[in-house]
Amino acid sequence: MRFDRGEHTYAVVRTSEGICSVIDGVCTHAKAHLAEGFVDGKIIECPKHNGRFDCLTGEAVATPALVAVRVYETRVEDEMIQARLFS
Amino acid sequence: MKRRDLPGIAHTTSWFAALGLFGWLGHISWGSWWAVGTFLIYGVLYGSMSDSRWHECGHRTAFRTKWMNDFVYYIASFMMFREPEMSRWSHARHHSDTNVVGRDSEITIRRGVPLYKSVGVLVGFPAIPSELARWIKNARGKMSTEQIDFQPKETFRTSVWNARIYLTIIVCSIIVAVLLRSFEPLMYVGLPSIYGRWLLILFAVTQHAGLAENVLDHRLNTRTVYMNPLSRWIYWNMNYHIEHHLYPSVPSHQLKRLHMAIKDQLPTPYPSLASALREIVPALRRQAKDTSYFVHRQLP
Repeated sequence: MRFDRGEHTYAVVRTSEGICSVIDGVCTHAKAHLAEGFVDGKIIECPKHNGRFDCLTGEAVATPALVAVRVYETRVEDEMIQARLFS
Repeated sequence: MKRRDLPGIAHTTSWFAALGLFGWLGHISWGSWWAVGTFLIYGVLYGSMSDSRWHECGHRTAFRTKWMNDFVYYIASFMMFREPEMSRWSHARHHSDTNVVGRDSEITIRRGVPLYKSVGVLVGFPAIPSELARWIKNARGKMSTEQIDFQPKETFRTSVWNARIYLTIIVCSIIVAVLLRSFEPLMYVGLPSIYGRWLLILFAVTQHAGLAENVLDHRLNTRTVYMNPLSRWIYWNMNYHIEHHLYPSVPSHQLKRLHMAIKDQLPTPYPSLASALREIVPALRRQAKDTSYFVHRQLP
């Protein structure tokens, strides 16, 4: 799911184990939006070029993605997904 | 977009089995006229069918398991005479800038080029000799201009080792042929990349040739062509090419289903390979002289 705040865009992802994670929304390869990507397990795949990231660590795990995507501290409370967007 | 290993395993097994069968038939018929027919088929299995395996596994949609995709990708890349790392990045560029002049390195037929030269490109000239030259360059640790353009530096070393391994296979095949005093070994490895690519040419030319350049709407720069089940087995459903470009994450075994779901939003598919070629050949002849001409696809 896409989430925008100000000039920044994010992707809110739920892994197959039900863990929620908020990551930067833009693929580090060619800037496609990851919110439209395919999630398999804890891996999110960019819909444009199939680059893959670990949703929980941000690590780029398959080319053409080479640079990690930023992951934000996330929790679910009272059925609300909360993320620390500012460190 | 859901991935499964089973369709990819089934498809790949059938492909390897067919290669094994016709390779064996080619061997037992070697020296007779039967060999012509068997190697014709072997060549298609090797030099044409491997393209769709290269493509699907390059996208990592053939299998759910990553190493399976990569394993078949490296084999298919060798068969297609493509260095796998560079071709992965050039294909990513192709999806970013489909048919964009100066950006899409996979545009094989250019406007304003005499048709006979385009035909040469399609049959692998000068692509295969120049690819071989690039392998030799990469094996020496040097990169081509294209690689420097769109391939990240951190992947150069991978290209170097890929080139060394692929060249070693080619050289070993030649040595075996020399020792056996027969070019039969090269009919199994190396030469099929040339003599077997003819069917791929017919299929692949339907993808983008003659259509609009420098547009972002894939419905205008890409074709979907209906094909029979045998052709779709060979081509791994890449005839649904608009659907593939719109949704590269959809595995090939789901492309027909995707087509049915969205076809009302797409231009009319070509009813057959022949109908697509009937449009393409005159278009290319005209584009050889008139660079402003292209086929306008009617959108719904």
